[in-house]
Amino acid sequence: MAPSTGLADRALDLVMALFEAPINAVERLIGRGRMPYVFLAPNLVLFGIFTFLPIGIAIGYAFTGGTDLLISNRPFVGLDNFRTLLTCESYLVPGSCEESLFWTAIWNTLWFVGFNVAATLLVALVTALILNRAIAARGFFRAMFFYPVLLSPVVIGLIWKWFLDRNGLLNAFLQMLGVPPEIFLLDVGWSRFFVVVVSVWFHMGFYTLILLAGLQAIPKDLYEAAAIDAATPSRTLFRITLPLLGPNLLVVLILLMIRSVQIFDEAWVLTNGGGPGTANTFLVQYIYQMAFAGDLRLFGLASAASVLMGLVLLVLTLAQLRLGKKVES
Amino acid sequence: MSANVSAIGFFTRTRRTGRIDITDILSWLWLIGGTLAVLVPVLWAGMSSLKPEAEITRFPPTLLPRAAVQMEVQGFDKALSLWNVTVDDETREMAMVRRIGLKAQMVDPQNPGEPVSVDTRTISPVQRLTVATENYTDPLTRFSFLTFLKNSVFVTFVATLLTLAVNALAAFALSKYRFRGDKAIFVLIISTMMIPLTVVMVPAYLVIVGVGLVDNLWGVIIPTVASPTGVFLLRQYMLTIPDELIEAARVDAASEFRIFWRIVLPLTAPALAVLAIFSVLWRWNDFLWPLIVLSSRENFTLQVGLNAFQGEFSVQWHYILAMTFLSLVPVTLVFLFLQRYITTGIAGTGMK
Repeated sequence: MAPSTGLADRALDLVMALFEAPINAVERLIGRGRMPYVFLAPNLVLFGIFTFLPIGIAIGYAFTGGTDLLISNRPFVGLDNFRTLLTCESYLVPGSCEESLFWTAIWNTLWFVGFNVAATLLVALVTALILNRAIAARGFFRAMFFYPVLLSPVVIGLIWKWFLDRNGLLNAFLQMLGVPPEIFLLDVGWSRFFVVVVSVWFHMGFYTLILLAGLQAIPKDLYEAAAIDAATPSRTLFRITLPLLGPNLLVVLILLMIRSVQIFDEAWVLTNGGGPGTANTFLVQYIYQMAFAGDLRLFGLASAASVLMGLVLLVLTLAQLRLGKKVES
Repeated sequence: MSANVSAIGFFTRTRRTGRIDITDILSWLWLIGGTLAVLVPVLWAGMSSLKPEAEITRFPPTLLPRAAVQMEVQGFDKALSLWNVTVDDETREMAMVRRIGLKAQMVDPQNPGEPVSVDTRTISPVQRLTVATENYTDPLTRFSFLTFLKNSVFVTFVATLLTLAVNALAAFALSKYRFRGDKAIFVLIISTMMIPLTVVMVPAYLVIVGVGLVDNLWGVIIPTVASPTGVFLLRQYMLTIPDELIEAARVDAASEFRIFWRIVLPLTAPALAVLAIFSVLWRWNDFLWPLIVLSSRENFTLQVGLNAFQGEFSVQWHYILAMTFLSLVPVTLVFLFLQRYITTGIAGTGMK
């Protein structure tokens, strides 16, 4: 370790030598008491330019039309973009809407959120409960389930695309059982099913970890007391474990919802950009398509959709904070 | 016998010692099934990436990479394929010279004499284990894979350094000073955790156009350097550093920057390490933002490049899988070595 610390020290010395003189000059100029502003400046400038300014622009753009980037060249259209997005004869039938792709994306996203949240929550909860038992090699299993969380969505999309290929391993296995091969990702029902499967596969390890941390915080003597009272395992689960896990379950539920609404990367790679047809076109992809893919450049419409999505996420986040407080007290 | 029992006991030990009930068996089925579900698709892609082009789409697939054997035979210009042939009740490997209908002309590869005529229905190709290393070496030379790799390494490295520096400075200010507006600034920064990039990607792109960083790696690096999660994590850690240390340094007339650099930063090393690991993983795996910002091939990062590859060479799975695997390696190594820190870091901060 000695040589590497030596190197790190030398790197620290070098940066110190570079920055100390000018920053100390600033300190002499403005006084010690104002130095925190100097330390905060890089962060706040970046936040300002790349987070707060874009929020302002998004709201501004949502009320303009045309395809020009410069806001001064964009005609003000008032609520037209929102009207376009939200005009529908029947909200249940995307085809009857003025912007039918938007409503297709909304419905696809809603279905995905519903199934994905339920499936991930269930799988993560069962896994966490099992990993919380005094079982051998649980460190190994925990690491195993967690590994996919760290992979890139593109890599995961490609690996699964190959697994589900017409000549892939799943079809080979099905053939052994005498089931005819299927091109899963070209079938509307199967492709939707596997987008959820891949999403659960990808993320469940993360939620398992949060739930496991919650389970391990439950006092052991509660279980001992239950054992003395000869409580059945299911009674222990429903009367002790799940109620005490409540806050963690809630956090997981809300996080899962917020992240499921934002599904894009892995579904995009897996389904060749939302296919078959528009069966896996989700909300973020709709925004991406309107603004960036091809030559549409409908920044106003995309911004309006972004603003609507931001509002939904804001409501979900506030619900999380509200519920979090309620559960705590 | 007793060794056997204790081995079983070791693998099945439960809270209630000495008894294996149905829940233990179900637990084990779940864990092993889950492990297989994680490993099988990954390993299957890995095995496939070693298969030669001609073999990769064979159905039903073979587990190991195998390929038909070609052989140079004296007296023939082209390499000939080897076949298992049964002649006079004796199975031999012979090279096929030509094939006409149901008849094939075969010669002995070691001692090529007059070709013998054989019924093609009785022969089968000779296959040997063949690792197609060209799947890995070709992309390095023929496509821009090395350029993508270089871009990804650059983005990951520079962005992580900047992320650590910018957020550590802010966390220092927010944890070790009381100044006008400190609480408001902290709340402002933390509240941006609620705004995911997907919501602001359109206007953020317009800002990137405005500052002239379109199709530039700096346009990928800079917008996410200031991270609310990073500020939060480092600030919480710095709060545990005793203020007496800082007071003592001030008595010794150290400048504020020196206090930060020489005292606070080294003491924050564990938190910085956690943030560094996450920053590396985020940047290496990032896809949507680079996809929007980068437009020319020589600027693509690995993930954008991989996505472009699969669009262009959708039939060339042997290359796609090999490149997928190359981009998987660094993350897997980071995970193998730092598994404990990563999982405790996530459990502690809830970040991903």
